Amino acid sequence: MATLREIRRRLASVTKISQVTDAMRMVATAKLRRAQEAIESNRPYAEKFDLLLGHLLAQIDIDEVPHPFLVPHEMNGVCLVVVSSDRGLCGGFNSNIFRVSNERISFYKNQGFDVSLICVGRRVADSFRKRQHKVIAEYLNAFQNLRFETALDIVSQFDDLYLDKQIDRVEVIYNNFKSAITQNVLVEQLLPLTPNPPVGDELFLDYLYEPNQSEIFERVLSKHLNIQTWKVLLDSHAAEHAARMTAMENATSNAKEIIDELVLQRNRARQAIITKEISEIVGGAEALG
Amino acid sequence: MLERRFSVEIRTPERLVYQGEVKSIRASGTNGDFQVLPGHIPFLTTIESGVLIVDDHHGIRSMATSNGVFEVLRDGVTVLVESAEWSDEIDAQRAEEALQRAKEQLRSQLPDMDYVLAELALARAAARVKVSKSSR
Repeated sequence: MATLREIRRRLASVTKISQVTDAMRMVATAKLRRAQEAIESNRPYAEKFDLLLGHLLAQIDIDEVPHPFLVPHEMNGVCLVVVSSDRGLCGGFNSNIFRVSNERISFYKNQGFDVSLICVGRRVADSFRKRQHKVIAEYLNAFQNLRFETALDIVSQFDDLYLDKQIDRVEVIYNNFKSAITQNVLVEQLLPLTPNPPVGDELFLDYLYEPNQSEIFERVLSKHLNIQTWKVLLDSHAAEHAARMTAMENATSNAKEIIDELVLQRNRARQAIITKEISEIVGGAEALG
Repeated sequence: MLERRFSVEIRTPERLVYQGEVKSIRASGTNGDFQVLPGHIPFLTTIESGVLIVDDHHGIRSMATSNGVFEVLRDGVTVLVESAEWSDEIDAQRAEEALQRAKEQLRSQLPDMDYVLAELALARAAARVKVSKSSR
């Protein structure tokens, strides 16, 4: 059985660990709230754009004015945008991303397609760089101060390649933020764009268009791509903090369990020493008497 | 007589930059500058990165915006841009430096330069400088 001193030392270190994980949980909670606020701030902008896009799609015959972002290519090359986090200690957040992206990479490679990667977050970037994958861009520490420019920058990496037909499909792999307790990995297609067909046009009245409908449509479509990418970043950021919050909560409660067990052991060991001392004293007194 | 006003919202992906009742709003459209006054017909247009001028109860104020979409409906105007900064939010010196950098980049003619991106950067920088000067 461990000595009293050993038990006390373990107890002290586990208590410190639980304080650290609890502090990390609180930090993650605060950051999650901010990340959720960022999602909310994007909503008025994104929803209005969706409405406009739906309206234009209802008005325009896409087959007549085929926008390059909407036309599927013959498949040769795929670009995968993989979004992870910069820091660890967030449960299965990054390992899920690895699992799904490795599946996706081999799925395309087995069909003979060329796969290139855009890595967001230190976690994927570090590992894919080592593994002989073609990484065309990486973004490290993008989440420390998440700005819309980052989304624009990511889009600028692949949109020209797509227009030049060097890549024929762009997919993004990221953690979707469903709620503070549920996050799941999603694979979404960014290019060619697949806007949802309008479900009844909510803007009945016809506008005066300037310069003309198709030019406005083009502008709205390219902005739509930026918005989709921005949404992915916001979602992944919130999911990361939610995952870390859960992971740290579990760690803290595990530490609490260990502490309870150790306290019990410590009390038992202390009691054993006291009992032993008393019996020694009693034994000594008897020997003298 | 009470002046007629209409509601305006300027939205970006990061925040709602402006929401209020205005007497007029001016913007740089793709086909040239235009102004919207109360009672304008429904109208949808694209704007280029430049200066947006709002005239409300605070007086006339300007902001530098990226390119975007400008929508006029019977009940108000919605401007959707990817970035927008009020004149007093812009650091004039940094804006000036960014403008110089953008000009140099365009002049450099480096082979890996993305001409379209560089031109856009120049337009944005020019708008910010213009707005920051107008505030004084």
